[in-house]
Amino acid sequence: MPHRTFLMFILPSLLAMLVFIAAPVVSVAVQSLFIAHDKVMVSVQSCGPFGCSTNVHVDNKATEDLQKKEPLGKFNGLGTYLDRNHLAVAEVGAIISNNTGLSDAATRIYALPFYRALSFTLVYTFVVTPLAMLLGFVIALSVNAVSPWIKGPVIFFSLLPMIITPIVGSLIVYWMIDANAILGAALQDLFHDPNLYLKASPILTWIVLLAYGIWTNGPFSFVVFYAGLQMVPKDTLESAMIDGANRWERVRFVVVPYLTPLATFIALVQLMDNFRVFEPIVGFNAQANATSLSYSIYSDLNGQFSQLFSSAAATSMLTIVGVVILLVPVLVRTWREFNLKVV
Amino acid sequence: MRHLLGAGVSLAVLCLMGGAALAADCGITSGKVAILSNDFNALRILADAAKECANDKVTVTANQTTEHKNLQVPALTVNPAQYTVAFVANNSIAPLLSADLVRPLDDLIAKYGQQLQPNQLIKVDGKTMAIAFDANSQHLFYRKDILAKAGVQPPKTYEDVLAAAKAIKDQGIMQYPLAAADKPGWDLGAEFVNMYIGEGGDFFDSSSAKLAINNDKGIATLKMMKALTAYMPPDYLTYDADAMKAAYTSSKVAMMDGWGSYANDVIGPKDADQNVATNTVLAAAPTVGGNDIPAASLWWDGFSIAKNISDADAEASFKAMMHALDPSVAAAHPDAAPWLMKGFQPGAAQVGVMATASAPDAKAYPMLPYMGLLHTALSNEIGDYLKGSKDEAKTLADIEADYNAAAKEGGFL
Repeated sequence: MPHRTFLMFILPSLLAMLVFIAAPVVSVAVQSLFIAHDKVMVSVQSCGPFGCSTNVHVDNKATEDLQKKEPLGKFNGLGTYLDRNHLAVAEVGAIISNNTGLSDAATRIYALPFYRALSFTLVYTFVVTPLAMLLGFVIALSVNAVSPWIKGPVIFFSLLPMIITPIVGSLIVYWMIDANAILGAALQDLFHDPNLYLKASPILTWIVLLAYGIWTNGPFSFVVFYAGLQMVPKDTLESAMIDGANRWERVRFVVVPYLTPLATFIALVQLMDNFRVFEPIVGFNAQANATSLSYSIYSDLNGQFSQLFSSAAATSMLTIVGVVILLVPVLVRTWREFNLKVV
Repeated sequence: MRHLLGAGVSLAVLCLMGGAALAADCGITSGKVAILSNDFNALRILADAAKECANDKVTVTANQTTEHKNLQVPALTVNPAQYTVAFVANNSIAPLLSADLVRPLDDLIAKYGQQLQPNQLIKVDGKTMAIAFDANSQHLFYRKDILAKAGVQPPKTYEDVLAAAKAIKDQGIMQYPLAAADKPGWDLGAEFVNMYIGEGGDFFDSSSAKLAINNDKGIATLKMMKALTAYMPPDYLTYDADAMKAAYTSSKVAMMDGWGSYANDVIGPKDADQNVATNTVLAAAPTVGGNDIPAASLWWDGFSIAKNISDADAEASFKAMMHALDPSVAAAHPDAAPWLMKGFQPGAAQVGVMATASAPDAKAYPMLPYMGLLHTALSNEIGDYLKGSKDEAKTLADIEADYNAAAKEGGFL
């Protein structure tokens, strides 16, 4: 289609994306380069029901004047990105130059907040995505094979984990795995271990979160794969059957190659989604054992009394960079295919 | 059927009339009163009392939510402010003071505040910025029947608490005798703050925001917190204050360091498990390390009036709050909280808070603008220490590094 028509066609979406996606991202990026002005502190006496004491308080007038002159704050450049709560460049350098071995260095780097969040996020992304796709694929194959009578109900139950609001679903499961509740007590019985508390150890918490992630992300893959399965040509399948291929070989040599482009699409979407994992951590109260990048942004902005905007902005930008890095292989492949087609 | 309909209509009319009759004359000519507050029983009582001032010239609304701390700064920054009255406490007033969002109340007190006691006035730099109406703190709740069964004396110090827990556990009476609110987030930081106060430590250097907890007292505090976890259910890192209270009221644990504002729920007649209610003793917070300071921070709850509102609204709000803070309201609800109003006689549920607050060295939660940053740093780093992934020295160093990064970003260092 002529370029002008194409432009007119996508103009509304383009405008919406500029206003609601591009402009905020630019604003967040700018915010991440500034920090709050140095507060002017003054010593005052404060009194209350329990007596008086001399404290240091903020001198409102002076701070306000400073704020009016430079509303964005104090320019910090990349300082926020490099400080302890983010890339921790100085601390990591100290650890690398002075450690007693790989495991000691790894433990100490893991103790830094950003790397702790990043490790769980990456584990979650790279474990949940393939396993959820596998689960979805298996469900799609099974649903395709059941009799038409019960296909409807089976599809409904398969989609349930995705339909339930993430926070509500994770809260329900959280209370079920409590040691006094049905799943927790059943597991204690099963393993004959009265001290088995799923919520207590980091490893078990991670396993619970990963299992929950696979369970709720499976239906999305199921829906897409199921639609793709309807498009697999029946002739090829029949000729494979005639050639003597059993069910497993049919799936492996006919179905899977046809569904590969769909798998790429699902992988793309799921990688981006899982990298932003947040609701399960809140629903499972798991922040002691597992945090993610999105959760760090949330706790920066929800922090007791001061919202750390610059820190949250820096973590946001780092998340965007992380997503871009994750998608680079897929984007490169798409670009190569596009070039081939053009040629 | 017709009788039922008639009765229903009469009831409806009576309710409307009764509602109108409840409207009191607070002496407000006109204005808007909009309250933002936390959501627990004592504050609900006060908001209801303030709503009695509503009539066709005055509107009184209240938004009572546990998210009030997140809402208050943005809501009071806009002009005109979205709320005229903000219910605050030692910690939540700090950001309002730092951002200059609340107005001094001295002239309003001179005109309408004759009923107020001197200790209700929260003064900063000589100006009254808030008015307190109740006190709160964490203190010891214990089951006297279980302690008697184990043959231990009521604990006065945390070392006693450990010994009592050990006795209860060794005799097989209860597997996990203790509960504490150790969930990372607000609760874990509060536990450290309480214990450190009991150890007699200072949080900051006297005239700056520089942290001063990296010392023997900090190490002793961490060690005591860790020792206590040995007697708690293994998922203690998921217990916030409400989960701790639920564990106590369902007889899963025998002792807890609970909030005074929970006392009425635990020993009151409604809904409480009567076995737990009658056997619960409310005692002062234990001391620790041989000091005389209760290992608990004292809190006051009060209200402030927003700055970015008209003077008429400010006056209306102050008058409505004076109506709510009338000593008769406190007298009508003696078990709701340790009220600070004139002539209030504490009920049975306030014994623990009064005992803690009347100790001569009891300390209040620091009302400092950067205390929140320290609180967050504590919550972030102590979880790993309790799990055993690092030792005391590294934990304190990490807390200091975390706090320094946040304080530098906030402009305090």
